[in-house]
Amino acid sequence: MSALPLPTRRDESWRYGDLDALARVWPVDAAERIVVSAGETFSRIIVQDAASSEVAIRHIEITIGRDATAIVHILNTGGDYGRIAVDVTLEEGAHFELGGAILGSGTQTLEIVTTVNHAHPNATSNQIVRSVLAGRATGSYLGKVMVARDAQKTDAGQSVKAMLLDRTATANAKPELEIYADDVKCAHGATVGELDKQALFYLASRGLPPPQAKALMLQAFIAGAFAKIADDAERERVETAAIAALEKLL
Amino acid sequence: MLKIDNLTNEIDGKAILKGLSLSINAGEIHAIMGPNGAGKSTLAYTLGGRPGYDVTGGTAEMDGANLLEMAPHERAAAGLFLGFQYPVEIPGVSNLQFLRESLNSQRRARAEAPLSGGEFIKLAKEKAALLGMDMEMLKRPVNVGFSGGEKKRAEMVQMGILDPKLAILDETDSGLDIDALKIVGAGINTIMRKPDRAVLLITHYQRLLDYVKPDFVHVLADGRITRTGGAELALELEREGYRELAA
Ligand SMILES: Nc1ncnc2c1ncn2[C@@H]1O[C@H](COP(=O)(O)OP(=O)(O)OP(=O)(O)O)[C@@H](O)[C@H]1O
Ligand SMILES: [Mg+2]
Repeated sequence: MSALPLPTRRDESWRYGDLDALARVWPVDAAERIVVSAGETFSRIIVQDAASSEVAIRHIEITIGRDATAIVHILNTGGDYGRIAVDVTLEEGAHFELGGAILGSGTQTLEIVTTVNHAHPNATSNQIVRSVLAGRATGSYLGKVMVARDAQKTDAGQSVKAMLLDRTATANAKPELEIYADDVKCAHGATVGELDKQALFYLASRGLPPPQAKALMLQAFIAGAFAKIADDAERERVETAAIAALEKLL
Repeated sequence: MLKIDNLTNEIDGKAILKGLSLSINAGEIHAIMGPNGAGKSTLAYTLGGRPGYDVTGGTAEMDGANLLEMAPHERAAAGLFLGFQYPVEIPGVSNLQFLRESLNSQRRARAEAPLSGGEFIKLAKEKAALLGMDMEMLKRPVNVGFSGGEKKRAEMVQMGILDPKLAILDETDSGLDIDALKIVGAGINTIMRKPDRAVLLITHYQRLLDYVKPDFVHVLADGRITRTGGAELALELEREGYRELAA
């Protein structure tokens, strides 16, 4: 069996990737396949906090059965290059929920890449991704939503926001829609911003040192990414890891 | 307490404060009045250390320490409080969380023990009650969705919790209804009218001064203090306006 060729920048889903880093670990493991049976709920939390020189490539394919739900949460913060790809196919009435945070600094390249295939009617999906990038880090979200011709009543949302702590950091946000049905609701928004200087001065004027003031605002900024983790202890674990990762950026 | 001498500054290269001098002793309440655009808020922000408010000359000392050398959070820990003309909304950050962290940062900077969660909540409840503010509002994000008057009242709750030595209150009276004005006035007196405290009130109207009686009233025009008097000066200004005065 011949190994798959290394992707190139012409491959849409790798256009922002660190292909030199990828070459160090190529070929990577095949995608993990998950099938969620009709009516079931599946949840997965991925905390990617590999050591700084490592390359961490993950790929998951999920088929969500009729009226079933898959909930995926991602904290993507470790390694030289950290990429988490999730490909989802929804059956009728299924729901997919993604909450992700990309927290990078130095020269890290971190990505969350999703394709959500609404192949059947009445399915819903919601994706929230928050990125905080410092130094010369690059954080990317590429999210393709496809709605097939007979996938009427699809409701697909994508909310992507990035915060740059340094002008040298880069955020790429590419929500992408391919819609062939006519009775669908697809809301997507992407913003890239910086911390509000007025708010930082306001907090400082109350006695908060700048790193603490920034940490408070950034915690608020990424809070939406993990709000839907149902288990309190799990949510706290991920939030604590996220806060620790944020503090490293400041 | 505060000694400002011949202070000059620039915003985006434009001179705003043009040699401002002002001294405030412990136990005193001073009011500054003056036309729109005179530089009143600029003075407040400059003393608070807001980025972009570049000091080009003069000095400002609080209790003998050079304010101008300190970072904004250090000025707060040294006892300075700024009541904002336009309090800033900060989505997602709760009042209680940020105030507790702020107070404890100040306390650590002064080598005082931080307050526990319980101690802090007790303090916050007391100050909220003093200003007639519902504790539920303090659980909400900082100033988000607060009405103009609620923001001003929240500023005073913050002042009560942080217990500064010197408060510079920039148009704290604007946006307050008649009853709120009375409550806020009484709150300022309770929190700040003490022998070791001082207040600089920036205002356009006499009505706040009916409740918080100033020891001195200054007119700030074109970046300088152009006249100083007692409480009666505010009444005179209300009658005559600034134009008469400049003549
Ligand atoms: N960021 C800024 N950039 C440029 N000019 C500024 C800036 N901030 C303030 N100014 C100018 O500085 C001058 C003084 O403004 P300031 O806000 O201090 O006035 P004020 O006395 O507080 O007025 P008001 O009574 O209307 O509140 C004004 O001419 C204003 O336009
Ligand atoms: Mg003003």
